[in-house]
Amino acid sequence: MPELDSIKQNLLSAVADIHEVPAGAYSLRVDGKMHGSRSSENIEIVAKKDKPGIDIYIKPGTKKESLHIPVLLAQSGLKELVYNDFHIGADCDVTIVAGCGIHNGGGADSEHSGIHAFYVGENAKVRYIEKHYGEGDGGGKNVMNPTTVVELSENAEMEMETAQIKGVDSTDRKTTARLAAGATLTVHEKLMTHGKQYAKTLFEIDLSGEDCGAHIVSRSVAKDESSQLFVSRVNGNARCSGHTECDAIIMDSASVSAVPEIAANHPEASLIHEAAIGKIAGEQLVKLMTLGLSEKEAEEHIIGGFLK
Amino acid sequence: MLELQHVSFSAPSEAGGKTEILKDINLKIDERFVAITGPNGSGKSTLAKIIAGIMTPTSGKVILDGEDITALSITERARRGISFAFQQPVRFKGLTVKDLISLAAGEKLSVAAACQYLSEVGLCAKEYINREINASLSGGELKRIEIAEILARGTKLSIFDEPEAGIDLWSFGNLIKVFEKMYERTKGSILIISHQERILDIADKVIMIADGVVAAEGAKADVLPMLLGSMSGCRFTEVNDHART
Repeated sequence: MPELDSIKQNLLSAVADIHEVPAGAYSLRVDGKMHGSRSSENIEIVAKKDKPGIDIYIKPGTKKESLHIPVLLAQSGLKELVYNDFHIGADCDVTIVAGCGIHNGGGADSEHSGIHAFYVGENAKVRYIEKHYGEGDGGGKNVMNPTTVVELSENAEMEMETAQIKGVDSTDRKTTARLAAGATLTVHEKLMTHGKQYAKTLFEIDLSGEDCGAHIVSRSVAKDESSQLFVSRVNGNARCSGHTECDAIIMDSASVSAVPEIAANHPEASLIHEAAIGKIAGEQLVKLMTLGLSEKEAEEHIIGGFLK
Repeated sequence: MLELQHVSFSAPSEAGGKTEILKDINLKIDERFVAITGPNGSGKSTLAKIIAGIMTPTSGKVILDGEDITALSITERARRGISFAFQQPVRFKGLTVKDLISLAAGEKLSVAAACQYLSEVGLCAKEYINREINASLSGGELKRIEIAEILARGTKLSIFDEPEAGIDLWSFGNLIKVFEKMYERTKGSILIISHQERILDIADKVIMIADGVVAAEGAKADVLPMLLGSMSGCRFTEVNDHART
């Protein structure tokens, strides 16, 4: 694989916590092109022929393996739409690390939209980590619009951790999931917006199999004049349990809206939605100040803990 | 040494005027263990918060070791050696027991060091160290963690605002032991707002505040008869008030 320059190396470490080529299977996309990739014995990566993106096939029974698929954009003004499909065999236990980092030093908007579809086999366990990060001092915006489609077969388990902490000017996140009997989906979303950024995050979950369950927690901080919209639609179509939670801190003149939509279409569906939006409690600041922190330090620790 | 000079505090009253909560308080505190007591609503907590900088007096001065700290912020006072344990500990989403004890100590603590402070307040450290300071902890657990933070700070003046409030009887016995031990070890001064006779028992000096003024100060044996006299013979209401907090 060709060497990455320091800007791209920084982006890589920000989105994937790695500095070089990761161990195991990986696919690295840089400035709209495949930069390097490697399949492993159990994880096969195949470039799509009809559109940008890759197909990933993970053999049934693959355990304790990981796959890294970071995307880096350092060319200002580049816009791309990428399709990645993950076919995860039955009884797997794998970790997938995705992420997108944009460095936009120019005046044109840079945009990455990724559509990730997960087809998770019976009894398989998947941990999916996705980080988004933007930087650059040009006037061009960093835009990321990730769509995640999840199909969980019987007794499959998926745990999603998504984080967008810095530098993304506009984002439209969409996650849809359909769960078969006994399947579980856990999502932990962390989001921070600043400046004039806008973030929309939509969850649409169909709990269709007996005794399936979803647990979705979104924690966000909106600073400056940024705004956020959180929408979660959970449909309980069988005996199931669903829980969504939106917890947001607003600061300065930011705004956050939370729109819960839970629909029980079965008498034994049990659904809960919780939403709380507010500024940092004054007593929390006072408490940390009595430990010797300045008001600003107190604020940083409270937000840092909240988004940990 | 802490000194209060002519400290008064008034708050807007419902009728539109002003209610005087503290009236011309003059105190010198240089003993190692001082308890402030008095009926509910007498202004004890307000006084403690004025010392910590959480509330600003309407008039008067707060002097710490000869320095006028009246205009200093909470942070500046904390850095000069004042610690404050809240009557109702504050909860945080995401911050753990270890985070807060580390912040209190002013350095990143090893797990072993943080555990030491928890053991001193009778908590099994392993079970608590990574717990979040949130609603999953009981009132009594939070109070003990709050005290562990004060131990970790180890400053020259530690103020406790009704440490017994919200604690069950069993925990209370342990709490007394914690303060007895702290008294033996600390090099600084301890100032406790309390209604509890057993805490007054171990104090070097008891100050009684009633109706916003210092009604009495001195040894417990001298102050207590006045205290009981001021409570209209019905201590039951006091107990109920504790249970509520």
